Amino acid sequence: MIRVNNLSKTIGDIKILDSISFEVRDGEILGFLGPNGAGKSTTMKIITGFWTPTSGNVEVNDLNVIENSLKIREKLGYLPETVPLYDEMKVYEYLKFIAEIRSIPPEKIKERIKAVIDSCGLEKVIKKPIEELSKGYRQRVGLAQAIIHEPDILVLDEPTTGLDPNQIIEIRNLIKKIGKDKTVIFSTHILSEVQATCDRVVIIKNGQIVGQGTPTELTRQAGGQEIIYVKIRGPQEIIKEKLKEIEEIEEIIEKDREAGDIFGYEIQPQTGTDVREKLSMVVMRNNWSILEFSKKSASMEDVFRELTK
Amino acid sequence: MLDKDYLKKIYILTKKELMGYFNSPIAYIFIGVFLIVLNWLFFNSFFIIGQANMRNYFSLLPWMFLFLIPAITMRSWAEEKLSGTIEFLLTLPINDWQAVLGKFFAALTFLGITLVLTLTIPYTINSLGNADFGPIIGSYIGAILMGAAYLSLGLFISSLTKNQIIAFVMAVAISFIFFFIGNDFIISTAPQGLAPFFKFLGIGSHFDNIARGVIDTKDIIYYISFIWLFLWLNKEIVALRK
Repeated sequence: MIRVNNLSKTIGDIKILDSISFEVRDGEILGFLGPNGAGKSTTMKIITGFWTPTSGNVEVNDLNVIENSLKIREKLGYLPETVPLYDEMKVYEYLKFIAEIRSIPPEKIKERIKAVIDSCGLEKVIKKPIEELSKGYRQRVGLAQAIIHEPDILVLDEPTTGLDPNQIIEIRNLIKKIGKDKTVIFSTHILSEVQATCDRVVIIKNGQIVGQGTPTELTRQAGGQEIIYVKIRGPQEIIKEKLKEIEEIEEIIEKDREAGDIFGYEIQPQTGTDVREKLSMVVMRNNWSILEFSKKSASMEDVFRELTK
Repeated sequence: MLDKDYLKKIYILTKKELMGYFNSPIAYIFIGVFLIVLNWLFFNSFFIIGQANMRNYFSLLPWMFLFLIPAITMRSWAEEKLSGTIEFLLTLPINDWQAVLGKFFAALTFLGITLVLTLTIPYTINSLGNADFGPIIGSYIGAILMGAAYLSLGLFISSLTKNQIIAFVMAVAISFIFFFIGNDFIISTAPQGLAPFFKFLGIGSHFDNIARGVIDTKDIIYYISFIWLFLWLNKEIVALRK
C-alpha cells in the first residue's frame, strides 16, 4: 500500500509537484500517466526515498518514507527511468551484488538469481558485461534487479520505453504476472499499455492530478462520448443532408472514401442517445446500403488528450 | 548501529567497488605506471648515493600520491552521477554512510595493493645491504595514513561533480595545497603566528615525522580527523541530492 498525501516538490523556483494525493492499494497495478515533465519521475523518486519532498508525505505500508526510509527500501523494488546499471559488471556479478546487498540469505541467492533469470529471460546474456547489452536486455536486467528480493512494492519508471513491440508485450506480461500478488506503480506514456495492464490509472499534468480511476471509469468520464462509424454506398451530399434530419445527431464528418460512391462517415450523436436504428432506417428508406457499421467509445488516448491539453 | 549486518553491507559495497576498479583496464595501467615511475626515480639516485636506506623513496612517495590518488578516486562518485547509477545505489537498503565507507575502503584496498607491490624495493635494498626495518615499517604506516587522507579528500571532490577530469584536476590541486602548506619553505615565509598552524595543517609534515620512524599520537590524530572530516563532508554532499 502506498499512500501519497499532499505531496509537493519545488526545485529552485520550479514547482514540480503541487500537492498531489493518491493511493496504490495492495495487489493493485497502478498506471501513472502524464506528458513529459509532468512530475511522474519526481513522484517516484520521492516514493523510493531518493529525494525528499518539499512538503507532504508518502507512506508505504503505513511507514513514512522519510523516517523509515531503510525499512521501506528493503521491501521495495525500483527501476529508474534511465535504467542505470553498473556497465562494467557482468550480468551475473551484478545480480549477485544486488542479492547480497539486499540481504538475501546466502543459501537462497543462487535460487533467486535463477528465478529472475528465468522470469526476465536473461539466460543468453548472463555472462556478458552489462555494457554490451541491447536496450531490451538492459531493461530486463533492470527489472530483474527490481524483483530479485521479492519486494512487496514495485516502482517502475517507464519500464517499456525503447523496447520493440515484442519486448513491450513480454515486459507487460511480466508486470502483470508480478502484479498478481504485489503492489505495482508504473509510469508510462504509452496509453494502450495502461488499458492492457492497469487496474487503476492516475493522470498527472504540471504536477497536479487531473484524473484518476479505472480505465473504464476514465473513458466513461471523458464525455462518455460515443462515435459511430458507418460506411454507406450512395450520393454523398444527399446522405449527409438526410442524416442531419435525425435530431439526435450532432455532427457528421465525412471520414474517408473507399471507392466511387462509397463513403465512410463519423457520426457523433447527442450524449446518451442511441441513433443506430434511426440511422439504418433512413438508409434503407432511401435504398442506399450500409457496408460497415461500428461504434467506438472514447479511448484512453482521448481521455489523456482531453485531460492534459 | 555498528552491528554485523551494517558492517557486512559496507563489505559488500567495498567488494562491488573493487570489482569496478579491476574490471576496467585503467586500474592495471595506473598500478603499472606508478610502479615503473617510482622504481625508476628511486633506483636512479639509489646507486649514486650507494646507501641501503629508503629515505629517498619515502620522500618521493607524497609526490607520487599527489597524482596516483586522484586517479583512484576521480571515478568513484562522478561516474555514478554521470551514469545515473547513484539513483539506484542510494535507493538500496543502505544509508549514506555505508555508501561513502564502501567507496573509501575499496579505494584504500586498491592503494594497499599498490603499496604491497612496492615491497620489492625494500626487498632489493635488503639484499644489497642491511636495511633498517624500523623506519621502513614506520614509513609504510605513514604512507597508508597519508594515502587514506588524500583518498578521503579525493572522494569528497569526486562527489561534487559529474566530470571525472574535473574531479582529478581539482583533487590534484587541493591535495597539493594541503601537501605544500606544511612545507618548510611556506612555513619559513609565513607570518609568525600562522607558521605552526600551517605546519599542523600540512599533510606532508606529518608524514615526515612518521617516515623518520617517530609515531606520534598528534600525527595519528591529525590523519584520523582529516580522513573523518572529508568522509563526513562527502556524506553530507551525498545527502544533499534531495
